[in-house]
Amino acid sequence: MGLEEIEREFSLERIETADGIPTYYCEKEGLLPLMEKLKSDFEILLDITAVDYFGKREKRFEVVYLLLSLSQKIRLRIKVRLGEGEKVSTLSFLWKNANWLEREVYDMFGIEFEGHPDLRRILLYPEFKGHPLRKDYPLKKSQPRIKLLRSERE
Amino acid sequence: MGKIREGNFVTTTLESLIGWARKYSIFQYPFVTACCGMEYMATAASHFDIDRFGAGLTRFTPRQADVLFVVGTISHKLAPVLKKVYEQMTEPKWVVAFGTCTITGGIYDNYAAVQGIDAIIPVDIYIPGCPPRPETVLDALMKLQEKIQKEKQKWALRK
Repeated sequence: MGLEEIEREFSLERIETADGIPTYYCEKEGLLPLMEKLKSDFEILLDITAVDYFGKREKRFEVVYLLLSLSQKIRLRIKVRLGEGEKVSTLSFLWKNANWLEREVYDMFGIEFEGHPDLRRILLYPEFKGHPLRKDYPLKKSQPRIKLLRSERE
Repeated sequence: MGKIREGNFVTTTLESLIGWARKYSIFQYPFVTACCGMEYMATAASHFDIDRFGAGLTRFTPRQADVLFVVGTISHKLAPVLKKVYEQMTEPKWVVAFGTCTITGGIYDNYAAVQGIDAIIPVDIYIPGCPPRPETVLDALMKLQEKIQKEKQKWALRK
């Protein structure tokens, strides 16, 4: 299945990027049917990440999915815009590695994935408050787990 | 002891004798978390040979170690572990902070990294560098030996 066919079926518009990877924006409701279709060609989910456009855009978050097709030798980037508190469907039952990648996005940005089997922090410790890669998280605010002998910053 | 002929004995204090024995039998515990570990390995291996200074025997349990080498960035997630490792070591014990990240947090001035391990445990010797050259490490080791030699024993009788 070619990209043109996908574009037609889901009425997507290709966005030109500097790296030349085909990039599409997708509504969060339409993500799951699109990804189910793409799964047959794109065997590998390379990465899930997010961007916080706090104060710059109405919907502050953008979740980015990067796919790789070994059979067609192409990569694909899908972006989903999300507002504060909005959820997006999990892909953990399509690609197994989405489980941990989504946990990382949840850990760093606080974006929740609907239907995720085990959505909890993966890198930071459980008692950590907030999500450090959000733009409204103070840049140098640390949350020590033990009593420190001195203050960290003057 | 019977007859001790002239010239066949030396006098010293027990304190300096113990310091001398301790400084040449450093059992180290390498707490290696980051890229500084490569430079630490280079120092420990045959080319620079840390064993020339009596510090060749690494122990992989803190209970058998004298010197804690903290090599690499320490995150807040890891901080309780480092503190526990330090507490498990038996006296006398010393701590070496190896590399910029360990000393100040280095380039990682953010939510994750501890801004210097002396916020968690007391440190005896700081080795600057990103990463430090093996020569710097050996220099620091000799400075540590000097410190161990000069140390006053806690049990010694004092006025």
